Amino acid sequence: MSRASVGEKLGSGLNYLLLAAFGLLTLFPFLHVLAQSLSSHTAVVSNRVSIYPIDFQTEAYKLLFQDDAFYRAFGVSAMRTVLGTALNMALTCLMAYPLSRRTLKGRGFVMGMVVFTMLFSGGMIPSFLLLKELKLLNTFFALILPSAISAFNLILLKNFFESIPSSLDESAKMDGAGHGTILTRIYIPLSLPAIATLTLFYAVMHWNSYFDAVMYINKAELNPLQVYLRNLIVQNESNIELTNNMGLFLVAPETLKAATIMASVLPMIILYPFLQKFFVKGVMLGAVKE
Amino acid sequence: MRSALVNGLKYIRTEWLLYLFLLPGLIYFVLFKYVPMYGVIIAFQDYSPFLGLTGSEFVGFKHFERFFTDDEFFTVFRNTLLISVYKLFWGFPAPIALALMLNEVRVNWFKRTAQTLFYIPHFFSWVIFGGIVINVLSGTGLVNNILVYFGFEPILFMGEKAYFRTILVATDIVKESGWASIIYLAAIAGVDSTLYEAARMDGAKKRHEIWHITLPSIRSTILILFVLQLGNILELGVQQVFMLYNPVVYEVGDIIDTYVYRVGLTEQKYSFATAVGLFQSTVGLILILISNRAARRYGGGLW
Repeated sequence: MSRASVGEKLGSGLNYLLLAAFGLLTLFPFLHVLAQSLSSHTAVVSNRVSIYPIDFQTEAYKLLFQDDAFYRAFGVSAMRTVLGTALNMALTCLMAYPLSRRTLKGRGFVMGMVVFTMLFSGGMIPSFLLLKELKLLNTFFALILPSAISAFNLILLKNFFESIPSSLDESAKMDGAGHGTILTRIYIPLSLPAIATLTLFYAVMHWNSYFDAVMYINKAELNPLQVYLRNLIVQNESNIELTNNMGLFLVAPETLKAATIMASVLPMIILYPFLQKFFVKGVMLGAVKE
Repeated sequence: MRSALVNGLKYIRTEWLLYLFLLPGLIYFVLFKYVPMYGVIIAFQDYSPFLGLTGSEFVGFKHFERFFTDDEFFTVFRNTLLISVYKLFWGFPAPIALALMLNEVRVNWFKRTAQTLFYIPHFFSWVIFGGIVINVLSGTGLVNNILVYFGFEPILFMGEKAYFRTILVATDIVKESGWASIIYLAAIAGVDSTLYEAARMDGAKKRHEIWHITLPSIRSTILILFVLQLGNILELGVQQVFMLYNPVVYEVGDIIDTYVYRVGLTEQKYSFATAVGLFQSTVGLILILISNRAARRYGGGLW
């Protein structure tokens, strides 16, 4: 019983068209930068590159992968992401577990304290002065300690833990399990979609943030990849020699920037397909529970 | 009273492990969130790093008076407010519209592809996304190539005051609205489908269904997100603006956060910058309290 009128078909067609247009809006700029990163100097300078490479070459990537500063920045970011996320998850799980127990005394007070930090903050300067007092400026810890727990993620995980039937941990207790065992053997395995989602959130946060490094770090060798990239894009700062031995320009500065952008998003692009099914599920579980 | 205390201590003794679990998190929140809140008292001092928090002299509202009479602060405040309001006006409905549109898609591969494309920019940093934006909008970028192809003059988008706020709002929508639509899609998925069937029996058209069923059903989700957004009205993404702005567009693009960074950390006027930051946080808190109160009357709100 097809009852779609002409008007509805038109509306539906328009819907698909608009969605496709929005999708292309995110895709095209990306392809443009990718194409630039793989094109020759002359093609880029004479503006012939649109969304596919012209005079295909990989010189920019070769130069980039020979640059020590790039490796160092990549290493700082990778280390920050791995260690920072591990710390985030350990502390978030540890704190969410007691808070998910309705019988815990003082639970309301602690929750109130956590929620208040989402509404009000001391701001940039007092936080900076605190790190200065703690002698954490220009150390690796400045990148991971100030964001060790996200209140939002903590509440999400607490809600998830609350949905685990209490009969499960009662029977575990009968068998002599302590809180450590209940948390690591029952709660965490049962919350894998939520755990995976939060891990992703934290990891993306660490990999992408740069403003904290701008504030807290002014040693070049501790700069994460995003700061390296920003210096290159905004200030045109690079140690990379753009000429070959003969003194000819092989790579346009634009091409080098494009190649660096691509090298920085690559880890994300590779991981993305594996993570997508997780986070959509995780976010939805968190959302519906509100 | 006494027995309550005794009971409490007894409880803590039997469940000490739970409190031990809580401890690292508590230390984190106290040290990195509450100590800086206490630190805002330097907004009322002439803070000197040598004298410290306890030794510096209290000067009352001097710094607040100074920034309220300062032209530069006025510019920054106006920019922050304007950009925020634009983002609220254009950016807030965008993910709702996207979710409604995606919800109508029946072709599965199309839906999956569209969603992948919409979500991906959220996972790029503002450095990368901003880098792409700067590249595409540069004098020799993709957009200008198209303009030139159709016989127009190229435009230096990033160095043009008239375009800067539009660019901020538009790029924010492209980057984040797809991701933000997930939460609305989840809410829409929870709407009782018999409502639609009943409405169709009564001869409702698609637009009636959306207006009278879908939107009212996800009202509480919309309200919660609106309250959160309103609370952040003076806190724009510093990562975005710091990446995209340049001295040419300071006049229209400088926001409170970038101003606090510049005055506070690069010029080291700690007390003055803290006063500005405190003003920002306080306005945010007041807005969130008021809007939450209003939202509760319509069946939403955070608490």
